[in-house]
Amino acid sequence: MSDSKETEYWRWTESRWTNPDLDWKDGDIISAGVDVGSVSTQSVIMVDGELYCYSNRRTGSNSPDSANNAMTWALEGTGLKLENIQYSVGTGYGRVNVPFANRALTEIACHARGANFMYGPSIRTVLDMGGQDCKAIRCDHRGKVTAFLMNDKCAAGTGRGMEVFADILQVHINDVGKMSIVEDEPEPVSSTCVVFAKSEAVGLLRKGYTKERVLAAYCSAMAHRVVTLLERLGVENDFAITGGITKNIGVVSRIEKELGVTAPEPKVDPQLAGAIGAALFGKALVEKARKKG
Amino acid sequence: MKANYGYKDGSGEFYITIDTDLCDGCGKCVAACPEKVLEVTEDEIDPLADDLVARVTDAHRKKIKYSCAPCKPTGQPSNLPCVNACEPVAIAHSW
Repeated sequence: MSDSKETEYWRWTESRWTNPDLDWKDGDIISAGVDVGSVSTQSVIMVDGELYCYSNRRTGSNSPDSANNAMTWALEGTGLKLENIQYSVGTGYGRVNVPFANRALTEIACHARGANFMYGPSIRTVLDMGGQDCKAIRCDHRGKVTAFLMNDKCAAGTGRGMEVFADILQVHINDVGKMSIVEDEPEPVSSTCVVFAKSEAVGLLRKGYTKERVLAAYCSAMAHRVVTLLERLGVENDFAITGGITKNIGVVSRIEKELGVTAPEPKVDPQLAGAIGAALFGKALVEKARKKG
Repeated sequence: MKANYGYKDGSGEFYITIDTDLCDGCGKCVAACPEKVLEVTEDEIDPLADDLVARVTDAHRKKIKYSCAPCKPTGQPSNLPCVNACEPVAIAHSW
């Protein structure tokens, strides 16, 4: 009898990391940010505004458990305990359900702050393509939001949409972006609606499209949809992308082409932006409280 | 800071924009709205600030096309009570 384990094409890799060059015991302000998203949860711990450790895992059906699990995994092997963290900020879809959080902050403010940390103070426009929503954010050199626009009523152009396509076409989610880069660019799919994704994909395959061209058609439609969101807000250079879809070169390259801008390469996992911003706000709130005396 | 609350779906784009730099948190729009679409709270987009500003409630954010329909029966911009009540002209509707 053969071992027929069904391949989970949509399953991306969970990860954790500890900074080998920092000792939390030497730090003054230890703050944490936990971004409980609809698809993934990140827990980031910072020591005096520097990345100390983090974890990135799939969000379960229970938000408090997801927050606790992400935090436990992030702290693993560091010797740092929850009690040592002076301020924790919850953000994301499940932000009010982070049991140990001192405060819950909207992910819009956190993503702008996170992008400012990850890509630098020249960033003025941030596009967050998350698990279930897309946000366009304008910010200043400090990462403070000056305008925002979000669409969380539609899953097209989000991680959830990508997972559905990866599964339908039996392509691993990590390969979707690379595979979608083709020589002759097809027309974008007519309906980005994830509900109709299967019929769209089957229709194109029947027309003789290869898997690669189907992915190209979908990534192209996704990119266009996101560009209209951005153009409504106005894009000011420098432009940066956060969220899981940043790892999809098929969508990113098409967005850059349509807007005529280049987004900087992330040096840190772009899914961490919300949690990084939250941890930085935690530090700022500790400093604010200290000033008040 | 221009906060755009709303969405785009198959039937169009529906956003209520509140300019928090102009909004002084007076709450007249909250009182003027017959559907309780608006509320005045701490500025959630600027966690380090202390002032109160208006925002669209979470309950209405994804259905403002329907929530606002009673004030714009023909779908055309008309005398909206929230916009009229706002002295600093901080509220705008995209449809």
